[in-house]
Amino acid sequence: MDENIALIIEWVLKAVILAFGLITGFAYTTYYERKLLARIQIRIGPNRAGPFGLLQPAADGIKLFFKEELIPAQAYKFIFVIAPILTMVPALVILAVIPWGESFELFGRQIALSMADINVGVLYILSVASISVYGIVLAGWSSNNKYAMMGGLRSTAQMISYELALGLSFVGPLMLAGSMSMLDIVRAQQETAWYIFYQPLGALIFYIAMLAEVNRAPFDMPEAEQELAAGFHTEYSGMKFALFTMGEYVKMIAVSVIFSTLFLGGFDGPAIDRFVLLGPLYLVLKVAACLFVMIWVRATLPRLRYDRLMAFGWKLLLPAALFNIFITAVLILLFDLG
Amino acid sequence: MLINYWPIAILIAVSTFLAVAVVVFGHLIGPRRPSERKAAPYESGMEPIGPGTRRMPVRFYLVAVLFILFDIEVIFLFPWAVNFRNLGVFGLIEMFVFIVILLVGYVYAWKKGALEWE
Amino acid sequence: MTALQVIFLATAAMILFSAWMVVTRRNLVHAALYLVLTLFGVAVLFVLLEATFLAVVQVLIYIGAIAILMIFAIMLTRRVASDDTVVANHNAGWAAMLAVLVFSSLVIIMGAWSQFTTFASPLTRPGVPSNELGQEIVAELGQSLVDPDAYVIPFEVASVLLLAALIGAIVVAWQKDK
Repeated sequence: MDENIALIIEWVLKAVILAFGLITGFAYTTYYERKLLARIQIRIGPNRAGPFGLLQPAADGIKLFFKEELIPAQAYKFIFVIAPILTMVPALVILAVIPWGESFELFGRQIALSMADINVGVLYILSVASISVYGIVLAGWSSNNKYAMMGGLRSTAQMISYELALGLSFVGPLMLAGSMSMLDIVRAQQETAWYIFYQPLGALIFYIAMLAEVNRAPFDMPEAEQELAAGFHTEYSGMKFALFTMGEYVKMIAVSVIFSTLFLGGFDGPAIDRFVLLGPLYLVLKVAACLFVMIWVRATLPRLRYDRLMAFGWKLLLPAALFNIFITAVLILLFDLG
Repeated sequence: MLINYWPIAILIAVSTFLAVAVVVFGHLIGPRRPSERKAAPYESGMEPIGPGTRRMPVRFYLVAVLFILFDIEVIFLFPWAVNFRNLGVFGLIEMFVFIVILLVGYVYAWKKGALEWE
Repeated sequence: MTALQVIFLATAAMILFSAWMVVTRRNLVHAALYLVLTLFGVAVLFVLLEATFLAVVQVLIYIGAIAILMIFAIMLTRRVASDDTVVANHNAGWAAMLAVLVFSSLVIIMGAWSQFTTFASPLTRPGVPSNELGQEIVAELGQSLVDPDAYVIPFEVASVLLLAALIGAIVVAWQKDK
């Protein structure tokens, strides 16, 4: 019985650490993005609140708490309120299967540096990602507003279209590692090499598809002010609006973690076999590098027109992902790769 | 095996609690001075014209159908990919046939213009 | 009762409740959302039976794709949330009888089955450690999909079925304006 209680405490602690870690990560990703964008545009960026503007995210959060929340008279109220919650929860839950390192010993117990290592980890990620469209389509519909409705539909259609390319680019690492558990995939990379070297095309397709999946530039339809106002979150304000932003940034972090785990060796790094606790540090560094590229892309590329965006996903990315699987299969058979 | 799913359930509970708490806090702390103008739908400052929700274009429906079919294909690929090394050439050929049959439909959709947006 | 049984009963109650709400709500979007809840409950049942692959596929295909398609289809109609939507027609009685018939025959068949248990015993296989069993099951699934002695014919026929659905959807839903 004691063993069970200890287990439950361990799980709850891990869940709380992961959730709060992601929310803190969200706050500092906004800061990171604003600073970096400013530097790219030869500006200074936030520098007033605290040293180097480090308290800016806290100031933004506090401001949003004290904003009036509007619910449009014609909105479907209940769904209007739960839509931001439905956006936030999958974004936090998706990282449950990510390993942050091998297990270590604490108070005589083996503590695994992951929430759950399940045998269908990759499919779990894909299925949670597929749930996250609900918040968007429901926000768009329940606002009962033309811009929100159109923006919600467009974002949903975009996300499901790019989800196919995303799913197909998972297949390459699976073939190399021979397992759907994320921990096995990292271990297989430790034995051979990071999969970005075996799967350059797959990694590129994954990266593009994940930008579209989290509605980031150049696929950021909700930001297309000229056509759609603010897309699905046009009518949202206050903390409900903050939840959408939070969901977006947590998803950015989440897909970067997944990309790092699949293609950049996850928690792998120098001296990882001697110091297990370096694992989370390596993963965070890799995620920061992924986020850097995302922000760089946003500062560089103009937004795609919606018809081009859909054509790109269906006519180029999908066939390219299938081609990548075929090439990977042939190479594995010919050279016994990996 | 089952024991690995408990932490996921706990994580779902913790994150739902957090998200609901944020909404409730915002609701309690924020000021509330409603007016008719504020409750009107946003339409760039104009008086709203027509109903808010309209019938959506059938094109979105078609995208969703195409998505389901290819999603099922992706699902079939996963267990196959995991065991690919043991299945070898024979497995590759069979998956190739499976995908080529689906690609016929993909080419048909392309030729019919179902993948175009204008 | 064990913890698993409590979870099973709670999930089953949730599934029945939300299924009932699906067929009685007048607002079609609400009905679709209750359907999502029902499908999620089924995914939880799959997890309880340790059919984890089926559980995630249930979420991915039914909640992530088919229910989205239904919501899109609902939004194609003109009036989503009107109160005069008819929720039952004159076939409701026949449908109820059929449902009772199917349910009672299922109960009878399951009750007569010699392997029937009210406990889901944990999956084990001699010689395989329990943390590797999950991987092995998935690999076997992949094996049996392309094995001539197992399911290769249904597997290839499935792609023909998907092809037919694809072409059908385009023919029905897609007419280019000339």
